[in-house]
Amino acid sequence: MDVREIRSQFPALEAKVYGKPLVYLDNAATSQRPFVVLEKQRALASGSNANIHRAVHKFAVDATEEYEKTRDAVREFLNADSREEIVFTSGTTMSINLVASCFGEAFVHEGDEIIVSVAEHHSNIVPWQLLCQRKKAVLKVLEIDEFGGLMVESLEKLISQRTKIIAITHISNVLGLVNPVSEIVATAHKYGVPVLVDGAQGSVHEKVDVQAMDCDFYAFSGHKVYGPTGTGVLYGKKKWLEAMPPYMGGGEMIETVRFSGTTYAPVPGKFEAGTQNFNAVPALQEALRLAESYKEDSEVVDNQKNITDYLLDVLTNDPRIRLFGVPRGTAVKIPLFSFAVEGAHHEDLALILDKMGIAVRSGQMCAEPLMDRFGVTGMLRASFAPYNTMEEAEYFVKCLNKAISMLI
Amino acid sequence: MSLEEKKQEVIEDFSMYDEWLDKYEYLIELGKALEPYPEGEKTEEKLIKGCQSRVWLDWENKDGKLYFRADSDAIITKGIISLLISVYSGRTPEEIAGDDFSFVEQIGLRENLSPTRANGLVSMIATIRRAAEEQI
Ligand SMILES: Cc1ncc(COP(=O)(O)O)c(C=O)c1O
Repeated sequence: MDVREIRSQFPALEAKVYGKPLVYLDNAATSQRPFVVLEKQRALASGSNANIHRAVHKFAVDATEEYEKTRDAVREFLNADSREEIVFTSGTTMSINLVASCFGEAFVHEGDEIIVSVAEHHSNIVPWQLLCQRKKAVLKVLEIDEFGGLMVESLEKLISQRTKIIAITHISNVLGLVNPVSEIVATAHKYGVPVLVDGAQGSVHEKVDVQAMDCDFYAFSGHKVYGPTGTGVLYGKKKWLEAMPPYMGGGEMIETVRFSGTTYAPVPGKFEAGTQNFNAVPALQEALRLAESYKEDSEVVDNQKNITDYLLDVLTNDPRIRLFGVPRGTAVKIPLFSFAVEGAHHEDLALILDKMGIAVRSGQMCAEPLMDRFGVTGMLRASFAPYNTMEEAEYFVKCLNKAISMLI
Repeated sequence: MSLEEKKQEVIEDFSMYDEWLDKYEYLIELGKALEPYPEGEKTEEKLIKGCQSRVWLDWENKDGKLYFRADSDAIITKGIISLLISVYSGRTPEEIAGDDFSFVEQIGLRENLSPTRANGLVSMIATIRRAAEEQI
């Protein structure tokens, strides 16, 4: 697929900011949406807007069918064993909170331990802290090395008899390095410890096979894979989902409701309380199909690889720049670059780049412990998608140099 | 120069630049020229909340007039605060508290900064205003 052709499917990329063509390099925060997704949402809103799983009328039947078809599409996207293992949520954050809350309720007790890494997004830290406070459990932290590589070899030392779950990101939204999740799962399972993988970034850049990975939970957000905001997925092995209590009560998550006692719907319905996001969720079918096609297309893969190599070269050879997340050995880096510039504040750089039409992220990137780990107050991050061109990467470098020279 | 005259002067200085990048260059110059702020006084208490960058703001009342001192780790922010200080330092608390700070909007600072930055600007203004109100 030619990058120009891909671009033409994303209307937002035509935008001009301050009279300059938009160069959108904040894809790790959210991706743009293609016509097929936008059109699907519009068609659902006008053509079959009815609440799902309830009424017998035509609109409701169509809406329910679209919604449930999406579950099959997600199952395929993740290569899950069954559609019952796919729970729709509002995003990665809700997916992780659901597990922390419900798995935690069932399996975590006073003095138990939970392991996360220092490179987690706040969404994969705070839910576990809340659980630890509630249950008087202990949060332990897996460290990274100076290059941003996860110190997987020290995982076994962190695991104890009291370890109840490990929550780890597939790819950090700051470091952009693909973590060896299969290896982590294998190690954890040796001790009978389940693993939750935060796939907010992994689902975008890597082919995901939850059976091969053998993770117990996998969470991701629709809005980062070209899909609608407010959509998300939790994959959970059936044995865990069935053993966990519901998250919220109400709506269609029940079997029977009596004041003498209520029984719950079988999974995944048990976890889908209240009116679901039925206008948006079905558009995930189009989004995931597109995401999958990008991962399989050699031209797209090559373009992303060339951009990655180019920026790695530029950013690691500039003595003013400190890049966080440098691939070592066989480690894979996605086109996502967080860095600090000696003597130039990330916010100043982002403001100047903005006026040149470039959208990048600056600040703590929802990963304060990682900022502390590297001793910085924030970073600048440029993250690329398949619709970004090499010319945009070059323009970014040119503008970055100009911005730096304005500041120092 | 009266407060009104000074504000008018800042608006005119700023409107000389058409391009935002030139305005930033100007703010960067102002930031670099800001009088140094003692490292020892960069305390939690003086830190302004609501900015992506860190801003420290301190003031003193000398003979009924307020004098501000500030610093930031980001230079554009430092330029903005320098602009505010040049307008409001050396004024009486009544003058400051009675001002509507609308010149900030007139020079387009508010809408041309990111929302997080705008929040920072709002916090800076609020801190200056609060200082004045406390002294009345
Ligand atoms: C690695 C990672 N985890 C979790 C999240 C949270 O995702 P969301 O805000 O869509 O729930 C993000 C997104 O910012 C992320 O990059």
